[in-house]
Amino acid sequence: MLLEAENLAAERGGELVFSDIGFALREGDGLVVTGPNGAGKSTLLRAVAGLLPLAAGRVRFEGDAEFDEVGGACHYLGHQNAMKTALTVAENLRFWREFSGNAHLEIAESLEMVGLGDIGHLPFGYLSTGQRRRAAIAKLLVSYRPVWLLDEPTAGLDKASETQFAELMRAHLADGGMIIAATHHPLGLEDAAELRMGA
Amino acid sequence: MLALFVREVRLGVRAGGGALTGVLFFLAVIATVPFAIGPDLNLLARIGPAILWIGALLASLLGLDRLFQADREDGSLDLIILSTDRFSLVLAVITKCLAHWVTGVLPLVIAAPLLGVLLNMTPEGIGATTLTLLVGTPAITFIGAAGAAVAVALPRGGVLISVLILPLVIPVLIFGVSASYGAVAEPDPFLPPFLMLTALTLFLAVVGPVAAALSLRWASD
Repeated sequence: MLLEAENLAAERGGELVFSDIGFALREGDGLVVTGPNGAGKSTLLRAVAGLLPLAAGRVRFEGDAEFDEVGGACHYLGHQNAMKTALTVAENLRFWREFSGNAHLEIAESLEMVGLGDIGHLPFGYLSTGQRRRAAIAKLLVSYRPVWLLDEPTAGLDKASETQFAELMRAHLADGGMIIAATHHPLGLEDAAELRMGA
Repeated sequence: MLALFVREVRLGVRAGGGALTGVLFFLAVIATVPFAIGPDLNLLARIGPAILWIGALLASLLGLDRLFQADREDGSLDLIILSTDRFSLVLAVITKCLAHWVTGVLPLVIAAPLLGVLLNMTPEGIGATTLTLLVGTPAITFIGAAGAAVAVALPRGGVLISVLILPLVIPVLIFGVSASYGAVAEPDPFLPPFLMLTALTLFLAVVGPVAAALSLRWASD
């Protein structure tokens, strides 16, 4: 599997946010995108996912029979958690598991992995910021996608959860996955390449 | 897709879903009409189908602005758009429309016979109007989805959606009301306008979701 970006450029409201960004990821590779606020980290992730039209350049994805398009091959974890506050955590996860296909871990198992084993029955709206983020991380585990696009994944997490999440990411990479993460904090991905934006 | 349908229905009937708001609004509109028109029972019976249709039309516009906006605000819309290689976005839009119709508009159709009694309508008139509402209101939801998709990024899109789609649903209203009249007023036919209404619903069921999907695809930023 190969995810390659060449000369990427993206615009927001007619202004060029970044240009000439390129990288190539193979199975097991991680990429940490850093840079000051407004450097275009989130925009880059959205552009790679195909949620934003590119101003220039291209994203090439060489998948396999199951995942042949970058949009369908990636989990996108944005600033929002994509969970409904009126539904319980388990209902939310069950929905994404069925909707996304490629079922991976069971709901209870994935909640256990992020340390939320006993709160699956609570409405998502009752959770604290950090717990919400962890529930959203559990969403990455309930269905399998080779590419994880993470936008500030550890925002709101405590130290223990950060360590736990770093382990999950390392396990995903060891499993032959790819990760592109935009962050301000060290994520614990020592082997990952770093892409510095807006320097 | 079944998962999406189940989720939408759950959200619709749970607290804050607004399934009941439409029915209450419908009730409020219909209950005030006799006070405004006066105690002329024959007049009420004659304009009953039209009043029911106007009430149902306005009530079914109520929840439309949240159709995609809620998903956009919590980030679900991005994920739904991303999974378009497994199924088309059009299908997701149709599923959301159907769920919205079941939770928000079907209660209006069910309430219509009861409200028809308030307007002194005949049983045939009530039956015909309910049938036309059952067949015609999906058209409003489907074309409303296109309006909701266009206004998805606007914080107060509700009024704009209504203004955008009202001209498009006028034909639905015309054929719905004329079919209802056709069932009670003798020389007027029932079947031709009813079939036109059915055709309109089928037509908008294709055009609306396709337009909505296109608009959502290019509105994401």
